[in-house]
Amino acid sequence: MARKTDAEKAVGIRRAEARDVAFVIALDKKITGIEKPDYWHDMFERYGANRQDERFFLIAEMNGALEGFIIGETRAWEFGSPPCGWVFAIQVWPGKRLKGVGAQLFEALCDCFRAAGVTTVRTMIARDNTSVLSFFRSCGLMAGPFIELEAPLRDSGP
Amino acid sequence: MKLQKATCFALFAVIELARDPSRQLSAAEIADKYSISAHHLAKVLRDLGRAGIVVAARGVGGGYKFAGNPRRLTLMDVIALFEPIKSDTLSEGEPLPVTDAGQALHLVLKEIDEHAIATFRSITISTMLKLVEDGRGGRRTAR
Repeated sequence: MARKTDAEKAVGIRRAEARDVAFVIALDKKITGIEKPDYWHDMFERYGANRQDERFFLIAEMNGALEGFIIGETRAWEFGSPPCGWVFAIQVWPGKRLKGVGAQLFEALCDCFRAAGVTTVRTMIARDNTSVLSFFRSCGLMAGPFIELEAPLRDSGP
Repeated sequence: MKLQKATCFALFAVIELARDPSRQLSAAEIADKYSISAHHLAKVLRDLGRAGIVVAARGVGGGYKFAGNPRRLTLMDVIALFEPIKSDTLSEGEPLPVTDAGQALHLVLKEIDEHAIATFRSITISTMLKLVEDGRGGRRTAR
């Protein structure tokens, strides 16, 4: 692994606490344009406050300022897959990107997954979300053995 | 998915030069390493130079240096210089297939193309260099 830069060394990763939820709501609103307080409070209850041996809600901070977060959990036997770690949310404050914060969040989550006993990390990204796809590819992820399929549901009629 | 010869040569050259942006290599040196035509590669390098991805180095021996941003330059950026990669498998101006089987096949081929495009767009030269260093072509692991 590459040696950390001074900026990367200054980043601290820790478990999310209830007081961080306001930051998460604000960061998500900044990125998506939609404020979802109920959703993020619920996410904290599910992933930050319960079953912490398999659910991980991590926060990155630098010099006392919050920089980003990542959420993941270990899941077993979905789609016939042996236990693996799923990453399903990562956000870094705009303007604080390209400084290794996202990579450190991801590495910290992978450490949590390893401690939980899984050996594979997995995520799902919209095909047209090039920047996030590039980020995960730079972390070493490649196409896995599953293909996501979907279809619009036809109207069942009268 | 099969890329044209010029596209592959361009990717080899870009990856080879990006390994060490301070190093200059001649077309012959790169061609020798990859066992490809130096004459053909020289033409490809001129195209890459016109796109600003490599620069011709002055001085004894000449050669080229990498001039791009490896964290920004994607495989698609390089590929698009040499061949069209579109999500529509039809040639320009070609009408949609008129048969139901033709339309269904078109849909499947379009899906494959869209995956290929998303892959090429999301892999930077920096990521390719990690692949080369970590796995020598094998599967990488997350750190």
